[in-house]
Amino acid sequence: MDFKSMKNYLYWLYCQFELITCSYLMEPWEKLLFYTFNIAMLVTVLYTAYIFVPGHVSAAFDFFLRLFGNQHENTVSVVK
Amino acid sequence: LQKNGISNGTLYKKTFIEHFEQAPMYVAVLTFLGFGVGTVFGYLRDFMRAWGLEKRNIATEREQQKDFVPLYQDFENFYTRNLYMRIRDNWNRPICSVPGPQFDLMERVTDDYNWTFRFTGRIIKNVINMGSYNYLGFAETDVNALKTVTTELQKYGTGICSTRQEMGTLDKHVELENLVAKFLGVEDAMVFGMGFATNSMNIPALVGKGCLILSDELNHTSLVLGARLSGATIRIFKHNNMQSLETLLRDAIIYGQPRSHRAWRKIIILVEGIYSMEGSIVRLPEIVSLKKKYKAYLYLDEAHSIGAVGATGRGVVEYFGMSPDDVDVLMGTFTKSFGAAGGYIAGKKELVDFLRTHSHSAVYATSMCPPVAEQIIRAMKCLMGLDGTTQGLQRVRQLGKNTRYFRRRLHEMGFIIYGNDDSPVVPLLLYMPGKIGAFARRMLQKNIGVVVVGFPATPITESRARFCVSAAHTREMLDTVLNALDELGDFLQLKYSRYSKSSHPELYEESRLELED
Repeated sequence: MDFKSMKNYLYWLYCQFELITCSYLMEPWEKLLFYTFNIAMLVTVLYTAYIFVPGHVSAAFDFFLRLFGNQHENTVSVVK
Repeated sequence: LQKNGISNGTLYKKTFIEHFEQAPMYVAVLTFLGFGVGTVFGYLRDFMRAWGLEKRNIATEREQQKDFVPLYQDFENFYTRNLYMRIRDNWNRPICSVPGPQFDLMERVTDDYNWTFRFTGRIIKNVINMGSYNYLGFAETDVNALKTVTTELQKYGTGICSTRQEMGTLDKHVELENLVAKFLGVEDAMVFGMGFATNSMNIPALVGKGCLILSDELNHTSLVLGARLSGATIRIFKHNNMQSLETLLRDAIIYGQPRSHRAWRKIIILVEGIYSMEGSIVRLPEIVSLKKKYKAYLYLDEAHSIGAVGATGRGVVEYFGMSPDDVDVLMGTFTKSFGAAGGYIAGKKELVDFLRTHSHSAVYATSMCPPVAEQIIRAMKCLMGLDGTTQGLQRVRQLGKNTRYFRRRLHEMGFIIYGNDDSPVVPLLLYMPGKIGAFARRMLQKNIGVVVVGFPATPITESRARFCVSAAHTREMLDTVLNALDELGDFLQLKYSRYSKSSHPELYEESRLELED
């Protein structure tokens, strides 16, 4: 039963997408073109995120760790 | 929510509440997104048509005219070709019965995406009519009600075959004009065969070069056409905005005509009683006080408000409790509340006598045909109570009740509704272009006929569905429509209002009953 209401909800979301982007008004071949373009863009963005985001995140983590890490060592040395 | 009452507190005898709520920002963004996608695909289709990849179904220039100035490249034509055509099946729907509270629709289908239609032969019966301007319910086929109309039809026939000034003035016209003058409380009136032509042909007779016309931003095309045909200078003030009007009046009187700085020969203010796209009522007391202060003339077009507002149906003049002598030219149409066709101009006897000789409509247009005149006479007599019943007053009261109920329920549900609380024209904002088509089609599937309005008639981002409440609608019909709107509003996400009142008034009502016990 949960799957049925889930399906209905997804169908309703799809209807909203259709209405907002005017693809409700398009002929089938235009819809195909539009969805292909959208999905291609989405896949490209996700793939780029998949490749580059972990690298960027780990570099940022390294940078901040070094910044605060150095400070910690400095305070230790001053107290001494 | 706008409430008037502080600055001009003594002019208005009852509260004047008008709503023009703005939608949240994301709605505007999504509307532009929708139009953007539509425009991109419009360009794609135009490209395909220009390069022969697709059949051209719409008017284009001939091969020999390709080097001439292009005819169909402006935005209006682009919009018509690419956006209007996709949802064209929601307009120009032929009906095959009287447009009463319910009507019969001829079913039509399209095989090539709205370029051509064909009728299947079936008739969709008893579609609830929320689009006809049938405010008092006089568009009826009841034999008893139309008895006098049938006798007049048999006596006079249908054709007049002449203009007013030649041989087209019948005793029916004289009777009708006297009745209209009595109804409105003015000295004299003149009737014309067509409402649009009343405005466009008589304004040029009243004003000419050297006069100034101050016209509201959202005036109807007939007023705009009449103003342009007259040759007078036209200045536009913001919709129903008295500060803007006063600024224009002061500038006109201080600076006079553009180059010679002479005084204007006449200054005339063109307003409408109820604006049909917004549902707003004109601020008549303020306009009349302005006109008296600056000595201008007032032309009031009561096309939608005559019969529909006012305690006894006599229009906005009665609604605000003012005297008809305050307005110089009272104009109205019989198309909306009286179930007939034609228009009238009423006012002082000198004005109407002048129009009888100088109006283009009187000289060149065929006069009103007798059965139509008799329909107006019987409707007006019913309204005034001269036929011995209180049916007219009951209709006006029923319209008021229906209007208030419909508007209150729509506000409670959370839709954005424009206009005054007392106006029977109810625009419901849809905003996004995709929803225009979806709304109209789904309402028809639920057997309710609505009118949706889009770009050329409204600003491009504010498309709307316009409901016209009628006195002939019963409470059950309105409830059917409201339930359908509720469902559809949830499905299409149309409930943009941020000020909605309780969404479950039934619970509120129940608790009140408990306390009374």
